[in-house]
Amino acid sequence: MNSTSTYLLELQGMRKAFPGVLATDNVDLKIKPGEVHALLGENGAGKSTLVKMIYGILKADAGSIYFNGKPVEINSPAQARELGIAMVFQHFSLFDSLSVVENISLGMDHACSMDELANQITELSNRYGLPLDPQRHVYTLSVGERQRIEIIRCLLQKPKLLVMDEPTSVLTPQEVDKLFITLKRLAEEGLAILYISHKLNEIKALCRNATVLRHGKKIDTVEVDEESTQTLAAMMMGRELKEFKHPRKSEPGEIRLSVNDPHIPAADKTGISLQILNLTVRAGEVVGISGVAGNGQDELLAALNGEKRSSRADSIIIEGRAVGRMGPNERRLSGLASVPEKRLGHGAVPDMDLVENAFLTSFTRLRLIRYGLIDREKTVEFAKKIIRNFSVKTPGSDVPASSLSGGNLQKFIIGRELMQNPEILIVSQPTWGVDAGAALTIRQELRELAAEGAAVLVISQDLDELLEISDRIGAICGGRLSRFYPTSSITTEQVGMLMAGVCLEEGMPHVA
Amino acid sequence: MLPDMIKRQTPSKMMVYLSPVLALCLTLLAGIFLFLIMGVSPLDALHAFFIEPVSSLYGLSELGVKATPLVLIGVALSLGFRAGVWNIGAEGQLIIGGLCGGAVALYFYQKTGFYIIPLILLAGIAGGMLWAAIVAFLRTQFNANEILTSLMLSYVAGLLLNLMVHGPLKDPEGFNFPESRMLSDSAILPTLFEATRFHIGALIALLVVAVGRVLIAKTLLGYQIKVMGDAPDAGEHAGFSRSRIIWITLLMSGGVAGLAGIIEVSGPIGQLLPSISPGYGFTAIIVAYVGRLHPLGVLFAALLLALTYLGGEEAQMILNLPVAVTGVFQGLLLFFLLASDVLIHYRLQFKKRLTVETVVKS
Repeated sequence: MNSTSTYLLELQGMRKAFPGVLATDNVDLKIKPGEVHALLGENGAGKSTLVKMIYGILKADAGSIYFNGKPVEINSPAQARELGIAMVFQHFSLFDSLSVVENISLGMDHACSMDELANQITELSNRYGLPLDPQRHVYTLSVGERQRIEIIRCLLQKPKLLVMDEPTSVLTPQEVDKLFITLKRLAEEGLAILYISHKLNEIKALCRNATVLRHGKKIDTVEVDEESTQTLAAMMMGRELKEFKHPRKSEPGEIRLSVNDPHIPAADKTGISLQILNLTVRAGEVVGISGVAGNGQDELLAALNGEKRSSRADSIIIEGRAVGRMGPNERRLSGLASVPEKRLGHGAVPDMDLVENAFLTSFTRLRLIRYGLIDREKTVEFAKKIIRNFSVKTPGSDVPASSLSGGNLQKFIIGRELMQNPEILIVSQPTWGVDAGAALTIRQELRELAAEGAAVLVISQDLDELLEISDRIGAICGGRLSRFYPTSSITTEQVGMLMAGVCLEEGMPHVA
Repeated sequence: MLPDMIKRQTPSKMMVYLSPVLALCLTLLAGIFLFLIMGVSPLDALHAFFIEPVSSLYGLSELGVKATPLVLIGVALSLGFRAGVWNIGAEGQLIIGGLCGGAVALYFYQKTGFYIIPLILLAGIAGGMLWAAIVAFLRTQFNANEILTSLMLSYVAGLLLNLMVHGPLKDPEGFNFPESRMLSDSAILPTLFEATRFHIGALIALLVVAVGRVLIAKTLLGYQIKVMGDAPDAGEHAGFSRSRIIWITLLMSGGVAGLAGIIEVSGPIGQLLPSISPGYGFTAIIVAYVGRLHPLGVLFAALLLALTYLGGEEAQMILNLPVAVTGVFQGLLLFFLLASDVLIHYRLQFKKRLTVETVVKS
């Protein structure tokens, strides 16, 4: 087959089944040297499964892989690296207590002296605009810098194909821009890049071709320049995405939640201590907190919902009540509901059924305990109401939470909180890992809750989402909250600076 | 070729209940093999072990006597295990319960009064709770692993009992044997049937089963226990306190183990001896797991494990087998149960894996 020889990598009929789900079904893919190729699809579309087969982590049930025109069988990551395939994962595998050069040397297939390696690192980092000091310890580095280690670790192997799995989810907009410059440079030098993402504007900015996956099947391979984000979205989701509708905007009312520096030290060495936190949320408004992962978002949620208590009662005021020293149940009774980022294991108990999970946070507000016993009947009714009102797709209320898809479980959890008519809702990463249709519904629900007079606080790493639904926006960086600015008067770049911990210069309109 | 293990989409409900049965069958098979090696007819041995003990009314009553402490402790331990609190030192809590209750009973020696039995039972519960409280304190204050502390405290408890029966609690008219006096009649649990040792402790055990069942299935505390065991973070999100659950489950299991201890002392034994339990506290761990951490399951599992105690004694008498056979059987049962439990989450596939290596060659 001579025609394949112009392609660096060619996949034919890739198929992989897991118990109960066909993850990828008959997928083809072709990449030329020097091409930045997007692999586009929603969560669960089969992107990760496909690249894991390319990198030798998973074995395909069927299908064949050609590399440089020759059929190959890739049984292990080492074999993939041997061929010239390198991969940057979403989650890094670095040792915090080791230096950059030590970390990289651990991942090398062939031994080489530390000094020589350090020189190579410096050279690569200069050449591709990836500033990195080889002697620094990893725990002192930001997430963006850690990603550079992974990229340089890949480049040291002089790969022909670089696979990147959602690399921008941990970066500020400025860092994303820099990364794209690096990637384009690498592509110009002949490196093929397979870029996995579901963010359409990134793909428009970076990629030449895109292969779209949906429910494990390849929908099409298109030239990105000839498509609009709308047509790409339609291919990705199988239908046109409805425009997000802002419901009527209500005038912000009285202050419902106010936070005044509830100094909360880190739980352990790797945790973030919350230092400067000043925030008010009023009735009828949605306030967004952006930030790069691991800057104190989890700690902030725990401080607000009472999982972590402050030593000062008046450091957190809900509806005029000083609740800083109270636990989650008392705060819930005062009107505050929360939805944590981690759904299975934090927002819901994986092995318990939906009825028991409905009970988890609602038993005090809805009085689901009678004569000291759980009122099962009333709880079942409540669970069924959530499932109905929020169109949670499930065979019934008696299936374990872990059997629901990410989006459906999120609808259930958010529904559970909304159905209790909270005065304040705090939600972290509301649409993370949720398919676009459900994400739209969830955003609408949050806006509507605010329109009905509740105060809504959204903590998210998805900047586009925050810009879309928030009235005011700020950022958290290293456990400190920035000032908050009206969304209409701030640019993406400025939010990026807030995310990086930079104070915007005076003269910006701000609301304290 | 070896079968493949394939992860099930959802845990198999059927295997949850089938697994103990499978484990029992495998234990019997291994037992037959064991008896063959020892040169004993497996048929005789199994008869002595499992049929002989329950072929008389007295045998059945003895089964109840042996099962009583196992039911009590098994139910209490399973509550803790549900919460992910691994109290494996019920043996020590049993001993201290027996010691405290026994000491109170000796204090009221030759006195009469309806209050004496309730009082010594309460003393037993308090003793077990106290011993478990040490574990809870170390766990919640210093994050000391409760598996280690509770186990080590069991040995301390055993030595403490020894010290007491060699010293202060020794029978003054006992020719210097390390035993206490026989408890007076007003401190002995009444028996339910003439000429047997079957005592009202069995009724207390049934009551504990019922209470355990309601607690775990219907109350907020039971719900909190299950959530804390499954997903502690979700529990904290709901406002449940982890250390509160650790304290409650440890005090409950310690108290009930202590109750089992004093029931032994003022029931079948009738005095304090250097050893008051043939390892009930440890066997109850097996009981809890064979019973699927479910109070009713524990009831049946306790009867089964009680049978191994009786069977061991019979095998000793009839076939001259060593007493260790009991422990071997109990160990085998737990071993096979843990192995069979893998099938709850995995299924076996015996046929050759379907590999469709369709390499398109042209």
